[in-house]
Amino acid sequence: MTAAFEPIIGRYLNTRILGRPQRLYVEEAGSGVPLLCLHTAGSDGRQYRGLLNDAEITAKHRVIAFDMPWHGKSSPPAGWHNEEYKLTSSDYTTMILEVMDALGLDRPIVMGCSIGGRIALHLALDHPERFRGIIGLQAGAHVDPYYDLNFLHRPDVHGGEVCAAVVSGLVGPHTPEKHRWETLWHYMQGGPGVFKGDLHFYKIDGDIRDRVAKIDTSRCPLFLLSGEYDYSCTPQETLEVARSVAGAEATIMEGLGHFPMSEDPERFIGYLKPVLESINEIEKRRRGT
Amino acid sequence: MSIASIEQLADRVNADTMLVWRGRYLSTRFLLEVGDTQWLVGIHEGRVVSIARGPFVMPSWSFALRAPESEWRAFWSADPRPGFHDLMALIKRRALKAEGDLRVFMSHLRYFKEVMVKLRAQEARP
Repeated sequence: MTAAFEPIIGRYLNTRILGRPQRLYVEEAGSGVPLLCLHTAGSDGRQYRGLLNDAEITAKHRVIAFDMPWHGKSSPPAGWHNEEYKLTSSDYTTMILEVMDALGLDRPIVMGCSIGGRIALHLALDHPERFRGIIGLQAGAHVDPYYDLNFLHRPDVHGGEVCAAVVSGLVGPHTPEKHRWETLWHYMQGGPGVFKGDLHFYKIDGDIRDRVAKIDTSRCPLFLLSGEYDYSCTPQETLEVARSVAGAEATIMEGLGHFPMSEDPERFIGYLKPVLESINEIEKRRRGT
Repeated sequence: MSIASIEQLADRVNADTMLVWRGRYLSTRFLLEVGDTQWLVGIHEGRVVSIARGPFVMPSWSFALRAPESEWRAFWSADPRPGFHDLMALIKRRALKAEGDLRVFMSHLRYFKEVMVKLRAQEARP
C-alpha cells in the first residue's frame, strides 16, 4: 500500500463561542460554495470523511466539518470539570452561527445529521437568510425517549461501550463492515456524559413540532434525506416534516440508517449530489443568472 | 420458530470465541419470553451454561426480555426488515419490553444484542 495523505486539512480554531474561549477542531477540503457539516450526538466530524475525500464534491464546494465543543478533538471549555454538559436549542444555534462568523462563511449550505438534522430545522425556521440551502439528514421534529438515558453516563457502566451499543442498530445492517465499525468507534471515544448531554437537545429541549410548519422554503430551500433503517428518526417522521412544510423535499435512502454519511459514504453521496445541484440551481435563479 | 432453535443458543454463543471474551466479566441468568413461553438462560463468564424452558414456579433472574412470538420471529428472520432488525428498534416500537435490573443488560448491551442475533436464521442473504 502506497502511503498517501488525504486532501483534508485539519486545524484548531481559537474563538469565543457562547461567551467563552473555545479551541475547536475544524476539518475542510475543497473550494467553492461552502458546505458546513454538523455531526450527530456524541460523535464528531470524522463522520464526514467520505464527503471531504470526494473529489467531485470538493471540486465545487468548500466542505467544512467542525467538532462541537466537548466532541472529537475540540476541547471542552475551561471549567468543564465542574459542569454537567447539556446542549440546548439556543446554545446549538448560537454556536453554529458563531462558527460561521469565525470562519467568515457567507450563506453556506448547512447539512446536519440527527441532532444536526433537528437543528437544521431550527435554522430553517429562525435564520433562513443566513443559508443558501439547508439539508437535514435523519431530521425529525421530535423523538420520544425510548430508553433510560441515565445508562449513558454512570460510573458502573462503561460509557463508550454503552453509547456504541445503543446506536449500533441504527447503522443499516448491510452497510460495509469497515464503515459500520468506524462509525461505532467514534461513539466509543466520546467523553463521559457528552452523548447524553446532546440528547437533552434531541429528546427534550429541541422539540419543534409546534413550529415546524412555519418554515418558509421560499426564503431558504430545505431538503431532507433519511435512511430507511433509522428507528430513532424514522422515515415516517421525516416524511411528516416534509408534509407539513410546503416546498420541502424528502428522500428516503434505501439500505441506509441513522449515520448515512459515515456508514456508507459512497451510497450516501449518490443521494446528496442531486440535492447539491438543486440548491445551486435555486441559488442561480435567485441571483437571476 | 422451533423450540430447538432456542436451545441452539448455547452452541452458537459458546462457539464464538470473541463473543464469549466480551462477556468474560458477566455471570447472570435472564428471562426470555417468546409469546407465552418462558426460557431462563444462564450465563457464566460469557458462556451460555444453561437453558431451561418454563413454566417456572419461582424463577429468579436479573432482567427479562419479553416480546410476542411474531416479533421474535421477525427479529430472527435471516434479513429482518427495518424496525425488526435490532433489540433497540423493538424497544422503540414498544414491541419488546426489557425489565428488571437493566444495569446488567445495558452494561453488556453489545454482548446481549449479539447473543440474541445468534438465533437468527442462517440461510444466505438474498
